[in-house]
Amino acid sequence: MHSFYFHDEHNLFRKSLRDFLDKEIVPEIDQWEENGRVSKSAFKKMGEMGYYGLGMDEKYGGVNTDVFYTIILIEELNKCNSGGTAASLLAHSTLAMEHLQKNGNDFLKTNYLKPAINGDLIGCLAITEPNAGSDVASIKTSAVKKENHYILNGSKTFITNGVYSDFMVVATRTENTGFEGISMMLIDSKWEGVSATPLKKLGWHASDTGEISFDNVKVPFEHLIGEENQGFYYIMQRFELERLVLSTGALASAEYALDYGLKYLSEREAFGRPLSKFQELRHRVAQLSSEIESLKSFNYQICRSFSDGYDVTTQCAMVKLLSTELMDKVSYEVLQFLGGYGYMEEYQAARIFRDSRIGTIGGGTSEIMREIIAKQIIQ
Amino acid sequence: MKNYYFNEDHEMFRQGLKDFLAKEVIPNIEKWEEEQRIPKEVFKKFGDMGYLGLNYPEKYGGTDADFFYSVVFVEEISKVFSGGFMAAFSVQQYMSSPYLFKHGSEFIKEKYLTKAITGDAICSIAITEPNAGSDVANIRTTAVREGDHYIVNGSKTFITSGVYGDVLITVVKTDPSEGFNGISLLVIDRHADGVSATKLKKLGWHASDTAELAFDNVKVPVENLLGDENQGFFYLMGGLQLERLVGAIGGYAGSESALDYSLQYMSEREAFGRSINKFQVLRHRVAQMASEIECIKYFVYNCCKLHADGEYVVKECSMAKLLGTELSDKVMYQCLQFFGGYGYMEEYKMARMFRDSRIGTIGGGTSEIMREIIAKMVIDDKSYAKTTSKSNPISNTKKTDSIKEEKTKSNNQNTTNTKIMSYENTLNAMKEKAASADALGSILKLNFGENQIVIDGTNGGNVVSGDDAEANCTVDVSLEDFTAMVKGELNPMGAFMAGKMKVKGDTGIALKLQSLMG
Repeated sequence: MHSFYFHDEHNLFRKSLRDFLDKEIVPEIDQWEENGRVSKSAFKKMGEMGYYGLGMDEKYGGVNTDVFYTIILIEELNKCNSGGTAASLLAHSTLAMEHLQKNGNDFLKTNYLKPAINGDLIGCLAITEPNAGSDVASIKTSAVKKENHYILNGSKTFITNGVYSDFMVVATRTENTGFEGISMMLIDSKWEGVSATPLKKLGWHASDTGEISFDNVKVPFEHLIGEENQGFYYIMQRFELERLVLSTGALASAEYALDYGLKYLSEREAFGRPLSKFQELRHRVAQLSSEIESLKSFNYQICRSFSDGYDVTTQCAMVKLLSTELMDKVSYEVLQFLGGYGYMEEYQAARIFRDSRIGTIGGGTSEIMREIIAKQIIQ
Repeated sequence: MKNYYFNEDHEMFRQGLKDFLAKEVIPNIEKWEEEQRIPKEVFKKFGDMGYLGLNYPEKYGGTDADFFYSVVFVEEISKVFSGGFMAAFSVQQYMSSPYLFKHGSEFIKEKYLTKAITGDAICSIAITEPNAGSDVANIRTTAVREGDHYIVNGSKTFITSGVYGDVLITVVKTDPSEGFNGISLLVIDRHADGVSATKLKKLGWHASDTAELAFDNVKVPVENLLGDENQGFFYLMGGLQLERLVGAIGGYAGSESALDYSLQYMSEREAFGRSINKFQVLRHRVAQMASEIECIKYFVYNCCKLHADGEYVVKECSMAKLLGTELSDKVMYQCLQFFGGYGYMEEYKMARMFRDSRIGTIGGGTSEIMREIIAKMVIDDKSYAKTTSKSNPISNTKKTDSIKEEKTKSNNQNTTNTKIMSYENTLNAMKEKAASADALGSILKLNFGENQIVIDGTNGGNVVSGDDAEANCTVDVSLEDFTAMVKGELNPMGAFMAGKMKVKGDTGIALKLQSLMG
């Protein structure tokens, strides 16, 4: 079957990326899962290979590529069996750098985006607060103007790369009123008053997830990203891409998980034949594989539409909802294929299972997705 | 969301068809459901409009339109609130007459296909027997050659349009000693001596007549054989993908129709002082179903595109049929629930949609058969699933490409305007770099148009020269861009992805530029 989205160049890129990941990333993962963080050198290597330049401004070292190169990067990173590693390496580019790329001024791009593309600096995106998740309009972190600075106070939580990143793209209140009073700022982690603590999680062990607090942090005006009080809209504009990153990741992980399950089924014998010969299991594989295939096709079509500039708000919510729910289903079933071994850390299914569980929560829960979709289609 | 499959002509066709269905079909559905048959004139009206020969050549009265006109056709006939109606017309155009066109002689095409297209002949496909469904190799109806005729004996069941139709494309055993290698397709006149039909009563699909057929020493002229003798099984397999796609389209289009119908009801019906479309739990259920419908719809479009491009996409079509029809059952069940007690009453259309959907996961190969096929391809033959290639026929590609080209041009402009290093300097710099790098192992030529650099890495080291030579790989690139690479200002991989390098020959060699540049 031919692909309508990937050409020879894409396939070559995928191959060289895969070689790179197998050589430089995969061998380190168990250690990172142990350490609770991806090493800085991994970001540096990714930067050196040009992977953080995809779709970024050429002036700062980026490469002008179509969205399907980014899709390949997301897919292959999600096929290393570590949700945390993929999350950490991608939060840097698809979350933090995206805001800089789209709305950052020349000062920020020169001092932060350029080194971020090279992999010298690591970024994170900090929106969620203990009392405000998808309800972005009710965030409380505030920045008050004082002489030549803003003074920033407040806290953020569930921030991927929050502990070890070098810069943070932070949503803060610059006016008292709801969603119209939010601005985005770039905070340097070295600044006085910035502190972070790592959070312990069910899965995603290789990524550091931070609770961040800002205590009278002095922020120079030039660290404002885009215009003041426009932050809410900037965040909304990035949501489509963010959801596509998540759906693409979930589908790639699901594919990886099913391949892994299939490999096990063909090797493991019971009652004198390989498990892959049992009709019950075969039909379950057929069903899952069909669901993955159809969602992949839907996802690619949305990516193309998105990259061609069409409005895909509803479809992005739909595909994020379906893909992450499917991922949970696949990881559950694959663990079942492995029986007792599925529960043991010696095999990959256990990590696949726990890493999947965040999918239907992060980047807007399934319930939020259904709210969005319902609003769009019910008059 | 942009739909890349339909253009304005398709949409105009859709609008015309919708108007036609609203005038000629929808007002009569209840009567046809009641009478359990669709009058012959209706087929004739469709034929007159040209709706029955969308993909057939003009020579036989067809329109010779692209496959997505058929997608429009099947979508719209799936939205008239009658699965039985949809069944009769999709059998006519997509499950029976294609065999006449693909395998019939000129004689058969003139005699039968032209009439199928005008609507003068109602066609059926007679495969299933009381003891053989998807297991086609085990059919028992026989055709024995006697002079210029075959003598057919046996029986068929579950045959759509078999009672009131005209032409039966009948699957027979011409070599009973063989399994699937002994099967042939015969065109049998429904009104011929020895053919009799009993009408079957069904749970749903009331508008279509479904027959149990008996063949008692039926004389069929040998010129009514489709294609070659004993090749019937393979002809049938060749038709299955289209049949599955039609089933899949019917699945999601019927679901869409039911959901729209429900949304209308939910906006009008009140409970506890507000319309029921304000209740969150119902809204979320709608959102979930709408997402699943949208997903499968676009998946099916993708499969249709592959099919239309002539690819044999067994796995994808089986997946589409499985998912589309299972989705329909789920959607009908939940939509009926939205209507409460009214959903159970014949006064509303929900009850009919619910019962009509139920055949979807059975007809044209059950869900279990689909999973068997998919499992074979996914589990036992993994290489098939992994194959990918390049071409991109989606119409809008051109637009994207031209944008990319423009961008590339302006980028080149920028590079030119920065510092220009002369060809000599670049050649010398390249010599230095290549000397300290690992040997390429092959010959790479960088072609700048008026001059070139050739790197010969076949003799242990890398020899860089400005003289032209034969190479394993030639890269067309501007001197400016290449100079930028040598100076470390441009990443070779990035330049490649941005289309600044055109590679002829082994691309793997070109990608080694990355290592040459250090």
